[in-house]
Amino acid sequence: MNENLMINLSVIALFIPLIGFFFTVVLGKRIKSMYLFEILIISAVMIISALLAFFKLAYYTDAVFIAEFTWIKIQNLPVFGDFSFNLGVKLDNISVIMLFVVAAISTLVHYYSIAYMKGDKRYNRFFAYLGIFTFSMNGIVLTHNLLMMYIFWELVGLSSYLLIGFWYEKKSASDAAKKAFLVNRIGDMGMLAGILIVFFTFHTFTFDEIFGQVASGVLPFNSEFWLTMMGILLFCGAIGKSAQFPLHVWLPDAMEGPTPVSALIHAATMVAAGVYLTVRIFPIMTGDALLFVAVVGMLSAFIPATIALTQTDIKRVLAYSTVSQLGYMIMAIGVGSVVYGFFHLVTHAFFKAGLFLGSGSVIHGMHHEQEITQMGGLRKKMPVTYYTFLIFCLAISGVPFFSGFLSKDGILAATANFSIFTGHWLIPVAAFSVAILTAFYMFRLLILTFHGTPRNQHKYDHAHESPKFMIVPLVILALFSFFFIFSPNPISAENGWTLSSWLKVPNSVVPESARYSFLASAPADGSSGSLYTHEYVESSHHIHYYVLFGSLLLAGIGILFAYLFYQYRKLNADKLTGKITPLYTFSRNKWYFDELYQSTFVAGTMRLAGLLAWFDSTIVDGIVNLSASVTRIFSRISGAFDNYVVDGLVNLFATLSGMFGLILRRFQTGRVQVYLVFVLFSLIVLILTFA
Amino acid sequence: MSIGLNHFLIVSGILFSLGIFAIVTRKNAIMVLMGIEFILNASNINFIAFSKFGNFGVQGEVIALFVIVLAACEAAIALAIVLNIYKQFTTVNVDEINNLKN
Repeated sequence: MNENLMINLSVIALFIPLIGFFFTVVLGKRIKSMYLFEILIISAVMIISALLAFFKLAYYTDAVFIAEFTWIKIQNLPVFGDFSFNLGVKLDNISVIMLFVVAAISTLVHYYSIAYMKGDKRYNRFFAYLGIFTFSMNGIVLTHNLLMMYIFWELVGLSSYLLIGFWYEKKSASDAAKKAFLVNRIGDMGMLAGILIVFFTFHTFTFDEIFGQVASGVLPFNSEFWLTMMGILLFCGAIGKSAQFPLHVWLPDAMEGPTPVSALIHAATMVAAGVYLTVRIFPIMTGDALLFVAVVGMLSAFIPATIALTQTDIKRVLAYSTVSQLGYMIMAIGVGSVVYGFFHLVTHAFFKAGLFLGSGSVIHGMHHEQEITQMGGLRKKMPVTYYTFLIFCLAISGVPFFSGFLSKDGILAATANFSIFTGHWLIPVAAFSVAILTAFYMFRLLILTFHGTPRNQHKYDHAHESPKFMIVPLVILALFSFFFIFSPNPISAENGWTLSSWLKVPNSVVPESARYSFLASAPADGSSGSLYTHEYVESSHHIHYYVLFGSLLLAGIGILFAYLFYQYRKLNADKLTGKITPLYTFSRNKWYFDELYQSTFVAGTMRLAGLLAWFDSTIVDGIVNLSASVTRIFSRISGAFDNYVVDGLVNLFATLSGMFGLILRRFQTGRVQVYLVFVLFSLIVLILTFA
Repeated sequence: MSIGLNHFLIVSGILFSLGIFAIVTRKNAIMVLMGIEFILNASNINFIAFSKFGNFGVQGEVIALFVIVLAACEAAIALAIVLNIYKQFTTVNVDEINNLKN
């Protein structure tokens, strides 16, 4: 497999889901089994991306393949001069790994949906939407420039909107779809502003060219401040798409969509696009911008984790846990550990997709019951779902031998190391406390759902294990949640193949004065050196074991408390909530974010709209009506002039003519004798006159 | 008192006036025709009178003879028309013969 073939294959993998979408959506109403075509397409994408990932990682580990063409070329433009828009694909290790993750989870979700969506009246359309989602997501992953990324960014927003509102007959679903779309738009506006600054400064959208120019000292408006602003604005796109604080409110509502969609889009892949973008733009992020990223990530990790403690809807708990884990990734990038951020993205994609598919299996088995207060004891009824769910819970809680431990441990170590070098001690504190919370609420969910005695005997009696199409994807995802996929060492990924040879990101190109002190420049000879300074690497080795034991301890504490509260009932959760009622209701009501936004932004917008409507209806309409009545008065006057003066004259002449006619008709008697009299009379008059 | 030109002209004028009066006032078509004869004869008197008292030879008398012949022809044709009118309308009242007007 050579470079050209790989590029061609990646382009094929990008576009065939679009073909799948097109045919499935057009023919889906007529051909009942059209979804099989979409399944075929996605399987092909899966195979292609697996091949690409294998050959790229095995044989071309350090190479970066780029293919581009000029899309639009404009010459002699004022201010800008000549410029061209290049579109193209970039194949580096990050993009092929991401492509494989997207394709693999997408394929599993397709298979899963065959059973889960059975009997839905828009069965084929569901698969068509999944197809356009895969297309858009592949576009984001493969692109080598910001413009194309923005285009596909909006396309995933569209497919997310379509899939959240898939059951649009439900008011809550269509509302959630609208909310997701609008909240995403807010972030995208920031991203668009960032892209405009990029283009105004560098006259290009291509990542590598932007990095090159920043490295050679070209800055937006010649100031480091604007470089920071540019980074933060671009990151706004990630805040929206990855549901980061303060735009995280759309993701829990997005759970109104079908559960496979929640697994694919709102847990594993699309929401990770924000993290992927942040990884991509990492080299031009200044220290201040990265600190902003880290703080946003920290808040997004901590707040939803506290909310997840008290939720009782199985999907909502998972949704808040998703926001929290995405916050982890963002925080990791913010503290400079971009590799672990991306690594957590990959491991999280598998186990969180698994958790959602597992919850879908439970919901399916319980005949669309989502409240965990109605569950309990399901372990015996759904053994496969239970054991895979247990594996995913262990992975997300950060228990050794599972993938989540590897990435989470790395992130915790990075935050600790970060605080050593910069003194921001709040970030590691938040990160470690979120680790406890995560372990606690995940095991609370697991125990309440599967352990103990059934709380609703009727529903329990009718519960059943899900069909094979739903079970097999769970088992495969569970397999991907073990450590040996990513590293041979179960407690540290540092020397495993994933981190030591695959995950490579470019060095920071920001001027030395504006970046974190521990980030190293790229070696002058162009070879790939370490991202960090020597001291930072030393220190990370030094603290590694403390962090390792710390995170083990924290996960253990979280799990232990979950068991004490919910399994063994040694501690009474109800009594505890009674003691701290204000905190409980605060968490139960999701920190009142929805209410806050409702009363400020939504109500403010409504108030503004009301004001503008009043202005329109009173002032603008008043002016219009005034001019209308003035015109009417004028036309009245002109009408009266017409009626009385002009018509009067005309009528006067007509009447006069009529009167003359009346007189003259008297002479036209038709009797020859009378005429003769006139003739004689006239003759006599003439004679008398002239004689 | 000798009878001069003026006397003839007065007689002729009276005759002419009577003819006109007949034409204008009579309803009967035949009476109208008779009025026309009056006027023709008034003109005959004028011709002859001027011929006798003027210096024209016999031209006046000759024209008078022509007029008599002409009057005869006219009377014949006019009476034929009146006859036909009577056949058509069963009346010879000129006021009632007004079909052209409608």
